[in-house]
Amino acid sequence: MSIGEALAAFNASYPDAGGTASFVGKVRSDDDVKALELTHYEPLTLPGMEELAQAALERFELAGVLVWHRVGIMTPGQPIVLVAAASAHRREAFDAVDFLMDHLKSASWFWKRERRDDGWHWIEPRDQDRRDLARWK
Amino acid sequence: MQVEGTLDWDRLLRTVSPQVAAQLREERVNIACNGRVLADKTALLAEDGDEVALLPPVSGG
Repeated sequence: MSIGEALAAFNASYPDAGGTASFVGKVRSDDDVKALELTHYEPLTLPGMEELAQAALERFELAGVLVWHRVGIMTPGQPIVLVAAASAHRREAFDAVDFLMDHLKSASWFWKRERRDDGWHWIEPRDQDRRDLARWK
Repeated sequence: MQVEGTLDWDRLLRTVSPQVAAQLREERVNIACNGRVLADKTALLAEDGDEVALLPPVSGG
């Protein structure tokens, strides 16, 4: 299923919502990145994503949310993550997507490494990711 | 890797290689037992059939 198809299906599930906001995260092509590998540990990763989606539903006035994450090897320009929120009003939908992405970026059970010219490098959340997450405390 | 229970923190450290044991002591390394992350990893107490996961520093999505 493509991102467009997933968004269309999500949108169709909430015909009465006033709008849907969405975000697609892709592999950046800076730092000579040739590939990005994402690994998960399903007993933690999937329940963690479900808890996060539930937290967004409780925090914002939403009709529904979509949190979709890939694992495996991806190349620059390819999508990694799709987040969407349907709501009666745009502000709640925008904020929910922002909330979901900030938590996925630094508080979710994924491990990733990128391949550059000199080999594989493990990635950890940046300080900016942690500051973004702290906004929701 | 399979080990017979009961597996506690001290026995885990003796079971893995010295390099892994040193990494397990790092603060950003977590341990999960049956899909639950231990708030205090030194309190590990895994019985036969339990799945213990050694979790490197997380990257996020």
